[in-house]
Amino acid sequence: MAEIKKATGLMDWLDQRLAVNGFIKVMMSEYWIPKNINFLWAMGVVLMSLFMILIVSGIFLLMYYKPDIKLAFDSVNYTIMQEVEYGWLWRHMHGVAASVIFLVIYIHMFTGIYYGSYKKGREMIWLTGMALFGIFSAEAFSGYMLPWGQMSYWAAQVITNLFGGIPFIGEALVIWIRGDFLVADATLTRFFMLHVLLLPLVILLLIAVHFYALRFPHVNNQDSEEFDFDKEAKKYLEGRKKESKVVPFWPVFLSKDFFVVGIALTVFFYLVCFHYDFAMDPINFEPANNMKTPAHIYPEWYFLWSYEVLRGFFFDIGGIAAMDIGLAAFGFANVIFMLLPFLDRNTMHTAPAHKRPMFFVWFWLLLIDMIVLTVYGKLPPTGANAWVGFGATIVFLVLFVLLPIITKIEAKNEGAES
Amino acid sequence: MRELKILVVVLFFTAVVYWGVEPFAHSQMHPHVAPADFAFKDLGTNDKKGNASKGAETFLSAGCTGCHGVASQGMPSPMDDAAASASFGVVPPDLSNAGAIYDKHFLSALIKDPTKALKVEHKFNETRPHPMIAFYGLGGDLDQEVADIVAYLQSIAPIAPLSDKQVFQDACGRCHDMKYDKTMSHSDKAALTAYMGTLPPDLSIMIRAKSDEYLSTFINNPQKQLAGTSMPRVGLTEKAQNQVISYMEKVGDRKKAEREDLGYKLIGYMVLFTLLAFAWKVKIWREVH
Repeated sequence: MAEIKKATGLMDWLDQRLAVNGFIKVMMSEYWIPKNINFLWAMGVVLMSLFMILIVSGIFLLMYYKPDIKLAFDSVNYTIMQEVEYGWLWRHMHGVAASVIFLVIYIHMFTGIYYGSYKKGREMIWLTGMALFGIFSAEAFSGYMLPWGQMSYWAAQVITNLFGGIPFIGEALVIWIRGDFLVADATLTRFFMLHVLLLPLVILLLIAVHFYALRFPHVNNQDSEEFDFDKEAKKYLEGRKKESKVVPFWPVFLSKDFFVVGIALTVFFYLVCFHYDFAMDPINFEPANNMKTPAHIYPEWYFLWSYEVLRGFFFDIGGIAAMDIGLAAFGFANVIFMLLPFLDRNTMHTAPAHKRPMFFVWFWLLLIDMIVLTVYGKLPPTGANAWVGFGATIVFLVLFVLLPIITKIEAKNEGAES
Repeated sequence: MRELKILVVVLFFTAVVYWGVEPFAHSQMHPHVAPADFAFKDLGTNDKKGNASKGAETFLSAGCTGCHGVASQGMPSPMDDAAASASFGVVPPDLSNAGAIYDKHFLSALIKDPTKALKVEHKFNETRPHPMIAFYGLGGDLDQEVADIVAYLQSIAPIAPLSDKQVFQDACGRCHDMKYDKTMSHSDKAALTAYMGTLPPDLSIMIRAKSDEYLSTFINNPQKQLAGTSMPRVGLTEKAQNQVISYMEKVGDRKKAEREDLGYKLIGYMVLFTLLAFAWKVKIWREVH
């Protein structure tokens, strides 16, 4: 047992029992971040802030929400929105944060792709990040069902139905997921459980692993420069702060992040109070009605690109049903980002995209193609729209087939130069 | 400088996505329709000048009170709600306020040809007649007699302005519930469902489900937004329709004022936070740059 002395103060008392000083050093004041970064490096902390908002507002909503198809709609739209003091605020914050967090996730993700922060030792950061994206998607989908509005019901109907396309077990799987032959009370209750318990637990765990995965390869910088963190940290601690290439997480890195979070939350509260329809679709303010199919069924904006890949193949090819090809393409789209570190065959060289000419073109094509998919994913898939969707889907698939080839060429050219 | 360039790129792509999935997509999914027509031009006008006291006699002789009550004139509804629902599918309206909330040309057209004025010709015909029988006149000039009835209805309409809720109840409340204001329609649900083909929706938070533009064109002429719907055209004057929408907003978006007031405070708080954070950031980074 350690030798316990009379404490000189609270911190000392805690330090003798929990080693808090060492802990703070490791986690905050001597956790080193490169200095050569821009505001895109603040997206992690913005995401953390939004996630905290989701947890806190979710806890308040949980006090009044009733997971029962007969009660859910009114518990949200009457009890929470009208009866409970500031219930509307928590609901608007929850709904808007859920939508905005996906925008920030996409920015965070494309930052990682642009600066090559997914490879050469950083694979685990990328993999845990993509796992977070997947679980967040499930979290968003299950949450959208809870108010039991028209789109809650019909989106659940369409999306759970997708699993029916899986060979052999599809039909049984759909019933197993729904807990009933149709989307019904059992479905709502189990998605409620997923939304408030199982998925948040998995998310918290994944966030911890995501942060942990950062510690060894360190945070990337905007020139993807590799340097000795220990040497740079030593300079900083010796007082050569201007010369050092690193800064501590607290207070230097976070001081910048607080500023960015401040801007993000200013915009956020504007959206919460004045401009929320994009996140809280008006159609979901009509109660679920299984006799009345809405004229247009579409997912929330952040699922649109993969939804468009799903329905991009609208005609049978070589005897294979359009729906099955679509489902296969959809499956491809949902795992392919996960594999990015292994599709990039220039494994040993990390550089920002503007220093990788072919990859640079690939990056912007991918971004533009995903925006086209997103926009056309919402439009009715008729006439020319269907063909644009089909074209964009093909481009998406081809881009990922090309990635190993162009990165291989890139590696070869670099090999020839050196 | 580089940060600004990156910011512009991020904002640009965010704006394109937003424009694509919101204004653009909605304009494709819900095409614009002609604005509300409060003159009801398709029905023509009745230029005859009505005489209210003659109209009172015509009103009685025409048999209007066989179905309609006029409570303000001491004429109760001839049937109770249950019997009226069973006979007509929906409780016929009391006409005490009709002269105040419905357009007079619409009323003229309605009395002469209900299915045409209500725009429910796709639902009612000779084999399935509309419960309101067209008025073919008492033998005199039909347009004059109709104008007299309308003048009578206008003469008995209350002078004091009606509350938003009263207008809603008169115009919409026979079919639609307003659960969140504890106001239910008097028609029997089963009879109403059979009559309309589907149960008319509760309107408690319809204001959050439909845009202002949609509501104003839909109430004015339901077929414009939802071709084939069994909801009849109501014939409200512009003022009365605005009162209906304002009541729907009061019930369905009760916290609007609180939301907007708090919005400014929250934004103000965050602006202050951001300025302080910026000042602190500048101070901290001066040491390391």
